[in-house]
Amino acid sequence: MSDPASFSDPWLILLVVVPLLAAPVCVLLRSAGGAWSTATAVSWAVVGIAIKLLITVLDQGQVYYRIGGWDAPWGIEYVLDPVGAVVVVIVAVIGALTMPYAKNSVEKEIRHDRIYLFYAMMLLCLSGLLGITVTGDAFNLFVFLEISSLSSYVLISLGSDRRALTAAFRYLIMGTLGATFYIIGVGLMYQKTGTLNMADLRTIMPAVIDTHTVHAALAFLTVGISLKLALFPLHLWLPNAYTFAPSVVTAFLAATATKVSAYVLLRTIYTIFGEIDLFADFPLKPVLIVMAVAAMFLASLSAIWQQNIKRMMAYSSVAQIGYIVLGFALASEAGLAGGIVHMVNHALMKGTAFFAIGAMVFATGSMTLRDLQGIGRRMPWVTAAFVIAGLGLIGVPLTPGFISKWQLVTAVLELELWPLAALILLSSLLAVIYVWRVFEVAYLRPAPLGHHKPAEVPLSMSMPLWILALATIYAGANATFTLNLAHEAAQQLMGGL
Amino acid sequence: MSWEVVTDLLGLLNYWVVIILMMAGFYVVIAQDNLVKKIVGLNIFQVSVFVFYISMGKVSDGTAPILEEGIEVYSNPLPHVLILTAIVVGVATTALALALVVRINHSYGSIEEDEIQVIEHDEEEIA
Repeated sequence: MSDPASFSDPWLILLVVVPLLAAPVCVLLRSAGGAWSTATAVSWAVVGIAIKLLITVLDQGQVYYRIGGWDAPWGIEYVLDPVGAVVVVIVAVIGALTMPYAKNSVEKEIRHDRIYLFYAMMLLCLSGLLGITVTGDAFNLFVFLEISSLSSYVLISLGSDRRALTAAFRYLIMGTLGATFYIIGVGLMYQKTGTLNMADLRTIMPAVIDTHTVHAALAFLTVGISLKLALFPLHLWLPNAYTFAPSVVTAFLAATATKVSAYVLLRTIYTIFGEIDLFADFPLKPVLIVMAVAAMFLASLSAIWQQNIKRMMAYSSVAQIGYIVLGFALASEAGLAGGIVHMVNHALMKGTAFFAIGAMVFATGSMTLRDLQGIGRRMPWVTAAFVIAGLGLIGVPLTPGFISKWQLVTAVLELELWPLAALILLSSLLAVIYVWRVFEVAYLRPAPLGHHKPAEVPLSMSMPLWILALATIYAGANATFTLNLAHEAAQQLMGGL
Repeated sequence: MSWEVVTDLLGLLNYWVVIILMMAGFYVVIAQDNLVKKIVGLNIFQVSVFVFYISMGKVSDGTAPILEEGIEVYSNPLPHVLILTAIVVGVATTALALALVVRINHSYGSIEEDEIQVIEHDEEEIA
């Protein structure tokens, strides 16, 4: 169901189909080099398509594509609006930076005969994440959710530690439960509305909202998506999965997968249930806010005690997801903009942080703080990039984290929720502690004996790292672009209320 | 109890089956320590959703949706087609889960969650 102003664009389907078709090509090539070249070429082509789509969307307002020429709501429709376009660009760019970075990192961390399969899985995951973002059909979203989930289970299990296997297994169980909850929700909605098209659901929903069926659907959808999003307390799969996955996979998933799940939550609340004031009629607002605040505090506290830098950043991710969800749950335009901006900024910061950690793991072979002592002198550039990301996670002025937290605090004050503003600031102090622990180890401690030599990482790893780090700096220094985009997107989403 | 109530409850038989299967499967996933049994539980859980979708599409006295004379009432084919997709996804998930269990068994020598946790805990102590 698209208004006449929108614009049919075949690039929308190519965005998903190109990486989807390239994945089996990687398997057929059966060589690490061939698979790498294919994956890199395809992921950069996807960036091109994504940017082209972003420009079109900013120009036209909305882009759609109808699969097989069937009109919505009967056929499956792909729709892209400004929020979606931003998410698509983030996923595509991180994906494209991951591929060159992966080449050296993967050779060290994954058995040689499995490398071509790794690239096939990366492309499948990329295609699934992009599919989730562009689809306008609730069931089609489930299919892409499973494509991206199944491939990410495989990617995590490729980690060199055997604990990667159990982490992948636990994620598989939790992820499948989450996805199944999601289709139960979709089924219940279909029972009442007879449609799967999100825009169509939106128009029909007010007529059926006062039924137990739809209430149950909302509950199933929220819990299912929260599981995939790793919203506290459904985050238990995340720390181990991020810790034991290959470094590249952690960087890719941390920067994209949770953001896409957050986007699904956004779509559910503000598109499917967009005509209904969910936050007034249901206790969704207090529930989400309490969970978000709990995530901000408890996950940050857990991060402080970690000895493993990867797991520390994983807990930090759970905390940062709290800020994103908090923004969504405020149900005001400013809050929503804050959530969206933090979604973008967190992708940049966590991408940078995990790329830097990956480089440290590459050079030292360890990810415990004890072995990384003095790393700031051995790998000054890599550690500097990590510092940029770390300052951003705290929310120091001139970093992207500051912009999103400022926006969130403004939104909270607008609604006169003073204690919440205090909690946001307090939880940032916890981030100071865990980030400081890394700084102290990196710069103030002497390097372990016999490890004084500067460590080198290949250019293919430091380039993507610094591109992301510079993007982080830029997003912090010149926030007008991201903020304007977020405000525009928030306005559009809130329009239905 | 009047007959109407009884027939109403029996008419919803499919949905009672769905709820029982769903809860049984969910319980098995949570309560069982054996990884293979967890997968069995997950399958039961997913099958309950398949039954749910199939029941949803059924129209009383309806036949298969075929374009032919004499066929006027037919079941809604869309939920049935949707669930074909979900079944395929379920098979893929099960296959991947079993493959992971095989690998876990190779490297830990056990597929019992509690035993694996003890091994992992010890490893963490050493590290």
